[in-house]
Amino acid sequence: MKAFDYAAPASLPEAVGLLASQPSARLLAGGTDLLVQLRSGRKEADVVIDVKKIPELNEIAFSPAGGLTIGAAVPCYRLTADASIQSHYPALVEVASWIGGTQIQGRASLGGNLCNSAPSADSIPLLIALGASALIAGPAGSRSVPVEDFCTAPGRNQLAPGELLVSIQIPPPAPFSGAAYLRFIPRNEMDIAVVGAGAAVTLSNGVIAGARIALSSVAPTPLYVPAAGESLVNQMPTAEALETAAKIAQEAASPISDMRGSAAYRRHLCAVMVRRALELAVARALEIN
Amino acid sequence: MSAKVQVQTTINNEPVEFLCEPRQSLLECLRDIVGLTGTKEGCGDGNCGSCTVKLGDRIVTSCLVLGVEAAGESITTVEGLAHGSTLHPLQKAFLDHAALQCGICTPGFLIAADALLQKHPHPTEEQTRFWLSNNLCRCTGYDKIIRAVQAAAIEINGAAQ
Repeated sequence: MKAFDYAAPASLPEAVGLLASQPSARLLAGGTDLLVQLRSGRKEADVVIDVKKIPELNEIAFSPAGGLTIGAAVPCYRLTADASIQSHYPALVEVASWIGGTQIQGRASLGGNLCNSAPSADSIPLLIALGASALIAGPAGSRSVPVEDFCTAPGRNQLAPGELLVSIQIPPPAPFSGAAYLRFIPRNEMDIAVVGAGAAVTLSNGVIAGARIALSSVAPTPLYVPAAGESLVNQMPTAEALETAAKIAQEAASPISDMRGSAAYRRHLCAVMVRRALELAVARALEIN
Repeated sequence: MSAKVQVQTTINNEPVEFLCEPRQSLLECLRDIVGLTGTKEGCGDGNCGSCTVKLGDRIVTSCLVLGVEAAGESITTVEGLAHGSTLHPLQKAFLDHAALQCGICTPGFLIAADALLQKHPHPTEEQTRFWLSNNLCRCTGYDKIIRAVQAAAIEINGAAQ
């Protein structure tokens, strides 16, 4: 690995200042992507800035009115152990326990998953379905971006030079709402999704009042399909209605063929995984409340 | 080359200081600088788990941690499991159940299994297999490792209620 300097700023302003003065800096949270990329030469850095000492990037905060804030560097094993996330966002616990294995979850963060911006990122379809936004800090202050707009191409995202992701903010769960992320992998764990589907639904008197659906591994970025969720609004959550939404999501996908599956197979899986994710989300909306 | 950094940490309950380059992994620091060669390098990219160590309250692959990140932390390596010449119950169970052949993966399995038993005193087979899914073994076929971990759970924590 090429030599670099190491800095661990203790505050957000310090980190933003350091980032502004070091154009070739790379940000280190859990390092499960970055250190592999630096070692292989795919990325280079003169300075590695460890963001784990910055309080805002390390917090988990939940309030019934404000929802959930997950600091960008919070590792998955803290999310799965958090009582408020367990009770209000069970799908988030599942996704955090599916990213890598136990050791990877000891380091990897959802913020890192978002910033690595892989088309196959497991957490992003669920974050989109949950209506999450990304809080970004930079030299010009802070701004918030819906997660569905964050990734722009494989490995690329909205972060401008000098900016960093501070946290992911998720709205409070509405009454009678439920969410799920499911992925298809040939193994039981430690694998990259052939197709992943995130879904969230809110019911009102047994009728779907709102739904959001997103996919991974079927487009250059994690893919939000607003039309799929909109097709469910004012519908009863019947098998036919969920199937129609799944077909709309399938139509929006533009998968490629690679070692993990052919485009045709992925397209088939899109409808299956979206339907199953919707079924689980509906079941949770009915049981949680 | 970047300036070397002085790192103060705790390894196996002993205060340790070492000097490393920022680019050096915790694995390199443990093996090549501190001289604790029990931790093994397998893949070098976090997939195989052979370099697993305990870092604070969780396990990590030490190839994906920078040595400088160990400052102020507490690390447990396989050298920290035995008490003098008395093997840890997991180490004894691995021997009794022939849960190793070439042995390269074993230190990582032992540290990961130790963390599992601290979190789940009586893990089910499924819990054990999922917990250890980040540890690869190309010799045993895993069944002997799973049986050894379950036997050690009973040895350490008694029979499940």
